[in-house]
Parts: sequence; C-alpha cells; structure tokens
Amino acid sequence: MSGDERALRIVVVGHVDHGKSTLIGRLLHDADALPDGRVAQVQQSSDARGVGFEWSFVIDALQAERDQGITIETSRLSFATERRRIEIIDAPGHGEFLRNMVTGAASADAAIAVIDVREGAVAQARRHLFLLSLLGVRKVVVAINKMDTVGWDRAAFDRVANETRDYLAELALKPVAIVPISARGGENVWNGSDAAAWHDSSLRDALDALEPTPAAENRALRLAVQDVYRDGERRIIAGRVESGRVRVGDEIAFLPGGQRARVATIEGWNEPVARIAAAAGQTVALTLDQKLFVARGHLAVAAGAAPDAVRRIRVRAFWLSPKPLLQGAELRLRIATADHRVTVVQIERAIDVETLAPVEADTIVSGQIADLVLESNEPMLVDIAADIAPTGRGVLVDGHDVSGGCLVLDKLTTRARRAAARRNDLRPPPERVTQARRAEKSGHTGGVLWLTGLSGSGKSTLSLALEEQLFEQGWRTVVLDGDRVRGGLSSDLGFAPEDRTENVRRVAETAKLLSDSGLLVIVALISPERSQRADARRIIGDAAFREIYIEADIATCAARDPKGLYARAKARKLTGFTGVDSAYEPPLAPELVVDTASLDSTASLARLADYTDSQFSCRSGTVRALEG
Amino acid sequence: MKLARVAQPVSPSLGATDNLDDLENRSIWLIREAYARLKPLGMLWSIGKDSNVVLWLARKAFLGRVPFPVVQLDTGMELPEVYAFRDRIVQEWNLDLRIETCPPESEMDPTLPPATRAAARKTAGLQALLEREQLRGVLVGIRRDEQGTRAKERVFSPRSLGGNWDVTQQPAEFWDQYRTDFPVGAHVRVHPLLDWSELDVWRYTRREQIPIVPLYLAKNGKRYRSLGEKNVTFPVDSNASSIDEIIAELETTRIPERAGRSIDSETEDSFERLRQAGYM
Repeated sequence: MSGDERALRIVVVGHVDHGKSTLIGRLLHDADALPDGRVAQVQQSSDARGVGFEWSFVIDALQAERDQGITIETSRLSFATERRRIEIIDAPGHGEFLRNMVTGAASADAAIAVIDVREGAVAQARRHLFLLSLLGVRKVVVAINKMDTVGWDRAAFDRVANETRDYLAELALKPVAIVPISARGGENVWNGSDAAAWHDSSLRDALDALEPTPAAENRALRLAVQDVYRDGERRIIAGRVESGRVRVGDEIAFLPGGQRARVATIEGWNEPVARIAAAAGQTVALTLDQKLFVARGHLAVAAGAAPDAVRRIRVRAFWLSPKPLLQGAELRLRIATADHRVTVVQIERAIDVETLAPVEADTIVSGQIADLVLESNEPMLVDIAADIAPTGRGVLVDGHDVSGGCLVLDKLTTRARRAAARRNDLRPPPERVTQARRAEKSGHTGGVLWLTGLSGSGKSTLSLALEEQLFEQGWRTVVLDGDRVRGGLSSDLGFAPEDRTENVRRVAETAKLLSDSGLLVIVALISPERSQRADARRIIGDAAFREIYIEADIATCAARDPKGLYARAKARKLTGFTGVDSAYEPPLAPELVVDTASLDSTASLARLADYTDSQFSCRSGTVRALEG
Repeated sequence: MKLARVAQPVSPSLGATDNLDDLENRSIWLIREAYARLKPLGMLWSIGKDSNVVLWLARKAFLGRVPFPVVQLDTGMELPEVYAFRDRIVQEWNLDLRIETCPPESEMDPTLPPATRAAARKTAGLQALLEREQLRGVLVGIRRDEQGTRAKERVFSPRSLGGNWDVTQQPAEFWDQYRTDFPVGAHVRVHPLLDWSELDVWRYTRREQIPIVPLYLAKNGKRYRSLGEKNVTFPVDSNASSIDEIIAELETTRIPERAGRSIDSETEDSFERLRQAGYM
C-alpha cells in the first residue's frame, strides 16, 4: 500500500440497529487500525455501562452518544487493506439526523449498506439508498448482517439479497457485491468464514474491488468563478474547473453575457513550473488577454459551447429541513458558485421511497424526495445533472439554512413547459397485458438498441439485417430509421440543433411506447449530440436503453457515401451535415461499440445479434450478473 | 529560508494528480470560499505544523500574500522556540499578526480539571478577540483524525455569539456548498484541513519545504508530536530527527497524535467539554 494514494472514501448506511457502528468497529479492529489503548478504553466504557464488549464504542467518541446508545455525527476513520487505504464515514441512521448522513455520504466514493437479515431493506435503508443515488454515489456493497442469528441460512440471505437487488435496480444502482456477514462475530468481514463457505467472497474482498471516482475530465468545460482579485492593473480570476479542462490560449466565454477572451496565464505561487492547463477538480487563478467584467457566480465555458440559459427547470429534490416545503416557496438555488432566487412554482409529485411510486403531494417534509418545477427571474446557466453533475446539481437555501439538494432533470423551454403542464393532468389507465406476460409469450423483453454514428457508418444496413435475423427467430421487433421518421413523424422539423433535439425526443418517445409493448426496437439515428442521447436514455429508462456506437471514421464513411450526401456537403450544396460542418460527439460510455471500419458486415451483425440476445432474451438462460 | 520547491517532473496527464494535489486543491478552494463569503475573515495561528500548512495554502490561494490578519492566542506559556519561530516567520512572510493575550487561569471555570482549565484560557482569549474585531469567519487548522470530537466537525462550523458548538444542530454540507449566512453576532469556524491526516500534513510539509518549529524533531530521544503550552504538553519518545524520519515513524506508530496532551485524557469528557464551550 502506498501512503501517497488517495484513500477510498466509504459511507456506511442502513437502518438504526442493523449494526453499522458495530461493523465499523469490527473492521477497524480486524484491519489492525486502532491506536494502542483504544480496545482497553472501549472495554472500560463497556464495563462502566454494564454492557458486554461494545464494538460501536470504538467510534462513538462523544459521551452523549455512548449514553444514549446512538451515533450523532459523521466521523471519519481509516484502515488499510493490502490494496489501498480506506476511509470510513459513518452515517447515522436516525431519521432526524438525515442531514449528517447526507453530509457524510456526499463525499463518498462508494457505500456499504448494512441490512439485518431478519428484517431486510426496511424503509430507512431504502431512503438511504435513494439518497445515495441522488447524491451521486453509484457503487454500493450490500452487507447482509447478523447472519449468525439465522444460523447462516442461505435461503434467508438470498431472500434479502434479491429484494435489495431489485430495489437498487429501480434506482439504476448496481450492487458491487452482496455479502453475508456477522459483524459482531467478525465472520466473513475481514476474513472468509466456514459458516459462509457457500459464499465466495468476504466484505474485504468486495471493498478491495472498488475504485475511486475519477473527476469529470472528458466532459465540456465548466469553470465556476469564485472571486476576482486585483493585482495592480491585473485582474486575476479565481475559480475551479468543475468539468472538462482549460489551457493557456483557449478562448473561453463568461456567462451570463457571453464575453469572450483568451486565457493568458494560469497563475501560481511557489510552483516549480508555470501551469499551462488545468483539469476538472483543480483550482485555478487565471488572467485573460482582455479586460472583461467577471464576478463571482459567473460560469466560464469553451467559446461557442454555452449551455442554454433557462428560467424554469425541473428538479428532483430531497428536503432536509424540519420546516416543510410548500408550493410557492421562495428559495435560493446555489449551483457551483452561482446563486439564484427561485420560486417553487409546482410540486409535481413526491416519491414513495418504499415503492418508488409517485404520490400526489402539496407539502414536502424532511426526508422526502420530490420532483419540483423551479422558476427564476433571471436566466439560469445549468446543466442536466446526468450530463455534467457539478453544474447540474445544487442546494436549496431557505433563509439562512441549506434545506435541501436537487438534481436538474430538465430545462423547461416553452414547448417542454406546455407539455409538462399537460402531462401533469394525464392519468393513463393501468395496463392489463403486463410486461411479464408479454415477455413470457415472446421469449424476450422489450428494449431499445439506439444505434448512433456518422452518416454512412452502417446504422441503417445493420439495423435492417438485425431486424430480419431476429424476425426469423421469432422476435417481435421493429426498426425506427432516421430517414423514415423524417418523412412522416418529424416532417415539420428542419436540421437546426433545436429541431434535431426535438426529432430525437420524438423518436425516443416512440421507441419507449413500442418497447413498453414488448417490442425490441432498433433505432438508427445519427443523434449527433451526447445531450440528445442522454435525453433519449432518460425518456426510455436505463433498463431498456442501450447506446450502441456504430463506429467508422469520417474518411471511411465519406468513401462509402451510400446516399451521395458527403459529396453534396463537400460541394456546399448541403449545410449542417454531421461530420462535415456540424460536429458529431462520439459516445463516452456506450454499452456496445461496433467498429464497421474494421469488422465486415457479417461480423458486425453477429456482434450486434449476440449482444441483443445477451441483453433481452429470456430463453438463452443468461441471467445478467449484477455482482459481476 | 528558501521557499523555492524542488522541481518535480510534470505529470503527463492533467488528471493524474496525487493525493496531496487533491487535498491542496480543495483546501485552496475552501480558503478562497471563506475569503469571498465571510467578511471580515481572520486566521488562528498556533504556530504548529497544521496551522503553518494553512498559512502556506493561504499564500498559494492569494498568490504570495495573506490578505487577512493572523491571530495568535497567547497564554505566555509557549516554549521559547515557538516564539522565536513566530517572530521569524512574521517577518519573512510579511504577516499581519495580532497577538491576543489570554486571560489568566484564575478566571477560568474552577470545576474543570487543571490542564483543561489552562487550555480554556485560549477559548476565553478567542472570545475576547471575536468580540473586539467582530470577525465573521475564522480559519482554524484542525483535522478530523486528531481527536474523536474533532472528527464530528463540519468544514464551515457555525458558532453562537458565545462561541458554543452545538453538535446536534450542524448544517448539512454536501457538493461543496456551505452555509455561510448567519444571524448577526454568530461566527463561522472554517476548517480547510479537516480531511487531511497527520501524515498528509507531514508529507505536504516535506514536499513544499514548509518551515517548522524545530521542537518537532527529536533531540536526545524525545520530540514533540503535537505542540502546546509547556505546562500541558510533553514530548514523546522518538528518534525521528528529520521530516523523512517522522513520516517513517508515523507510518508504523500506534500511539495517538495527542498522547502528549494532558487535556485530552484528564477525564473521559474533558476535551469534549472544552470544545463545546468553543475551544478549537
């Protein structure tokens, strides 16, 4: 283990009494991470209070906690495995201490959810898991505790494991591992245990498999301005690169306003060499080649790549204040260093953490999660949280208090706003032919293969070939092709960016309807922007959506030029053509890449067909491993 | 004193920062955040290794100069080496130093155990300073891994007018958004080193060549691991006579950092009582 490495930060969540503090005490002890004397001290405290050796006293440093038998505050403790240093953040389980759990969890790379095998994932644990997903903690190790009390019964473990896995899947969280343990006895925690011989890994193995979260370096540049310092005639802009990267010489624009300048220097003090670039997570002090008016709260972006400014946004919020949130409330929304006055114009729905079903609500109380529409008097420069988290999420301040947090789900332009108003009054009737019945009959579940790539990369050809092959095998399948959609459903749209975004939305909504009816939908659509495909993913949902990058370089595509479009674009008879005078943003993390420049059409098709089978077939017997 | 740092190879990828770079970046961001949002801002300088790092980070944040006053809560009981170091650094770093003389021990709560009573003088000194200077923000170099009650701290930790700390009513802190609005009279302790470990502090001190009080280095088999007043702090057994050796020692030690501090263990809750009343 190298001490210079960053520790992996882990938050421990779960219902009170399911054994979080005991597990932490046990981990620290077994990892040999307690200072001398601490065990004796705990023995003394335990004796004084007339309890047996109490592991949780290890971390309950405050007398108040020991006397009441509860953990009040998040505390940090660390230990090391052979692979790395791990820092544990203990998040207390009492409902009224939610603020502390959020405080601890927000900085975590991963979480351990401790669940009592006799009780399962009860409401409090579910709330914690839901909050983790909102806070951006995507990796969860589930520790099913107190296995000794059920005699290490494998069936009991499986029951709780499956129930927890299902719940996490609904939150689009994948458990890294689900492990049976007894924290008090130390079985299968640090070392494997004979009692748990039927399970292949200990909790330590699961922790060793985790990796720290990298900063969002590959996303678009977002630089939040923190302050501006004067140094004689010079103006130094202090801030932090929230995503992307910036280099000396880059032209950047400051929003709102959009004034542009080039980065002249990145200033530093006592640095061995002058910095010429900075990436996500780094603080900077910039000078510019021109005098601009810049102030705290401004956002710098790459010139020409500004996010849309909107006055209304839909957010998913969690509320932490004892004072309930009402429609019409006036709050401040702080995102990065910007500070906006907002009104809660609508509480669209609250979400029942137990069932994840939407519930009508006109008041949101502490601990509740809700979708809200916020409106500001001035345009807000925000991102969709799923695209760029640091500028897509923020805190809600009520008076002096940080009372909640929220993730931007949608930026509501006029068109989207009207649709939202309509949507709210809709009450679709419950379906009688359920997804399960459909899948049973057809042998596959519904789903959407979203083929994106340059014109000429082979999307249409592959989609039609795949459709035919699946059809022959008895699949219920359909192709939504860009050109065909353009001829009808989207015949009123042009090729300007906003029209293309609307086109993608229509195709995504159509694909969702069809996929929900059990069809395997193959979409062949250039969909050049990442944000468009992120929209499609959000509309269709993670469970059904698969982004598939049909990869071929521009030279190959232009040489194929099946529709003669590259020739026309080159001759300037066609403008806004993707790859020529309009950018294509390749996927950053597609579910599958099919490289048609190096694979022939048979191999490309086989690759796609195998993948489809592995993802959506119920017959192949491949159960997708969530613990993989 | 030489401030220039030994040149190190530039990392090939921008993102390939190490642990110290990450800690430095975040702490600089926090110090700038405190300076932008809490006016007037001051800093407590105990002259120990941790607050020296905070000062160093402040110089980095503001490109060489510290733009706020630096306060020493002086009990008159520091070791002579500490005063000598203070006077040298104030000159070399051009600091705006304010020395706050703490009230005598006879004015402290007589129910506190003796060493705790001595430490309480600093709390009283801080209170007097806050009242006089009307500071809204105070930078303090405490760390979570030092002591159990400090582990419970927030980065921006609000204090009532009397300086009291209510551990049950702390604001939520997430996504680097901090509560910085408070009623008149309250102040905020800002802890830019909260997430650092003792080892991080030493490794950073070594990398940046930050000067330290020589008492941290072993002489005749003893060194100070934590520096406090001479009446309540004692050196520990050690042969670590350089920063490299301190780092090697800490990588294997099992003795808590504040073992030489008598206030921490006089009674089970002595340090906690001190902190709730406003101690650092």
